[in-house]
Amino acid sequence: MISRLFSFRGGIKPDSHKTESSEASIRNVPLPSRLVVLLTQGSQGAARTIVTVGDKVLKGQCIGEAEGVAGTAIHAPTSGTVTEIGPYPMAHPSGLASPAIVIEPDGEERWITHEPLDPATASREDLILRIQASGIVGMGGATFPSHLKADSEIETLIINGAECEPWITCDDRLMRERAAHIVTGSAILAHLTGARQVLVGIEDNKPEAIAAMRTAIQDMEAVARKCLDADKMNVIAVPTLYPTGGEKQLVRVLTGIDVPPDKRITDSGIQCFNVATAHTVCRALLHGESMVSRIVTVTGSVERPGNYETPLGMPVADLLAFCGVKPGTSRVLMGGPMMGFSLPSLDAPIAKGCNCLIAASNELFSPPPPEQPCIRCGNCANSCPVGLQPFELYWASRAKNLDRAEHYHLFTCMECGCCAYVCPAHIPLVDYFRFAKSEIRARNEERKTAEQARTRFEFRSLRLEREKTEKAARLAAKAAETRAKAASEADSALIAAAVEQAKMQSSVQDKAAPSRDQQT
Amino acid sequence: MLAALLVMTGIALVLGTALGYAAVYFKVEGNPLAEQIEATLPQTQCAQCGYPGCRPYAEAIASGEAEINLCTPGGDDNAQKLAEMLGREFKPRGTPVEKLKTVAIIDEQTCIGCTLCIQACPVDAIIGSAKQMHTVVSCYCTGCELCLPPCPVDCIALVEEPRTPQNWRWKYPVKGLKVVA
Repeated sequence: MISRLFSFRGGIKPDSHKTESSEASIRNVPLPSRLVVLLTQGSQGAARTIVTVGDKVLKGQCIGEAEGVAGTAIHAPTSGTVTEIGPYPMAHPSGLASPAIVIEPDGEERWITHEPLDPATASREDLILRIQASGIVGMGGATFPSHLKADSEIETLIINGAECEPWITCDDRLMRERAAHIVTGSAILAHLTGARQVLVGIEDNKPEAIAAMRTAIQDMEAVARKCLDADKMNVIAVPTLYPTGGEKQLVRVLTGIDVPPDKRITDSGIQCFNVATAHTVCRALLHGESMVSRIVTVTGSVERPGNYETPLGMPVADLLAFCGVKPGTSRVLMGGPMMGFSLPSLDAPIAKGCNCLIAASNELFSPPPPEQPCIRCGNCANSCPVGLQPFELYWASRAKNLDRAEHYHLFTCMECGCCAYVCPAHIPLVDYFRFAKSEIRARNEERKTAEQARTRFEFRSLRLEREKTEKAARLAAKAAETRAKAASEADSALIAAAVEQAKMQSSVQDKAAPSRDQQT
Repeated sequence: MLAALLVMTGIALVLGTALGYAAVYFKVEGNPLAEQIEATLPQTQCAQCGYPGCRPYAEAIASGEAEINLCTPGGDDNAQKLAEMLGREFKPRGTPVEKLKTVAIIDEQTCIGCTLCIQACPVDAIIGSAKQMHTVVSCYCTGCELCLPPCPVDCIALVEEPRTPQNWRWKYPVKGLKVVA
């Protein structure tokens, strides 16, 4: 139906390095000795723990409730015993700790009773509540809660299978092996959002995945057909160009719509889900399985690279040990080489947004050559997919001139890394932008609290002033009352005295009168 | 000659009336300079400058009574900003302190409910009443330390705000120096 594809500006073509991990089918990993489920899994807040140490839990049992409308629940990834609730390092560039529930598996993998929902008959509210209760977040890496995205009214639903970042192949393998579930999940999401068409965008370097998805749409399950006609869903092969998998870039390629930086894609009647999210939605609604595992690509300098169905909470060190890390590995990247980060601690557990682990050695990723001065060649501006001028941003960030960086739309930058990739002077541009962004956020937060403190201080001064005048008025009123009372008392005393005097006078007259009578 | 005098007098009268009208009807409320100064102050309301709050200090600077480097939480950065804004000479404070944001915490077991800290708090961030336990609303606390001296049982402590991924900051990129020889 759509014959024409569009293009976005900029972009790069790095070596894909996909075949290292994409040829083997998805494998299971043995359960580690303990699973560390972090309470913070979604980008919009942490869950509230509802178990205590010593509790026996079943696989898929809720162990942390969603807090607030944007919260997401967490579930036990296997059956076992809760042994500890305490802080554990997060898979985050800071290496900060977050509260986590530690479960010791009993090895039985006993599931909690499954409660499937029929998407064709269940109400929309029930379906969205189930997505929230199943703890589903965006699995492409941003971990935005899916129930918030599903609760929108749109025209076009885009299923993101582009997977543009080098090395990562988890979505590729998922589409090849579990296309039917992805298609059903996409149909359910289209039913929830009221979308009239579904576009599945896949980069053309994944022909097997494209073929598998096309076949799955032809043989769509009956339950999915109730939600969406098969001819409304289309697989579209998009040219391989990093970062086509970016939300707004994919929207541009598939529909030709340029979503402005300050708007969301829902404002243009579009919503976008990752293929893995659609798959998880299908498992949660049709099979009653909460989100307890995800597929993680382990690649780079390892003995057995591939894609692994990993229970959430499995420590990174255990997963790498199972895949066999080769000697010479200097660091471990989480996420891809473009947008990922170096893990500060291998004790960090796998979370819902972890799509890829790359064991990096100096042969695979040579250490960056020394940074040289910017020569203003403009390559970065030509490669920027969102039309920024990274060299301007770089100068402003380097000089800590935050206002100037904001003036050049620093917050439009999505840190895709194209500019740093093409920079002939090897300047770590994204590091400067991340630094400037966090400084600006901190400064804005400080301004907000200062403003709050100022208004509270002013209100307090006003209140003290008011209390003082009120007290003065009260005292004055009381004083006036006392004076009036004293005055009235004085008056009545005078009257009494006058009356007394009058009485005295009259009695004197009375005494005097008879004598006068006697005289007369 | 007479015509010229009359014209000039007429113009003077018209302009004078206009200016007089403007002075009455377009009068600026408050002191705009003090407001600009106040916007740069950190609003901790800590009174460490010797004035009972940020606003009074800003007014004192605006009227030329106070030095521009008295603000402890603002530090040298703030003094520098004020020096640029007012065209006054920058005098360093001499005590460069990089302090993390702190908030007051009341040990509720020890608190006797005397309300002295409530009266001292410049931003009404402590709640409680006489002979009842007090507590600090930490999101309003500015860490000004004004509640510490009045407490008769020393049950208030200042703690650093915990680091979370939300308030964690990326470091300034530093390039490593290559060792030669």
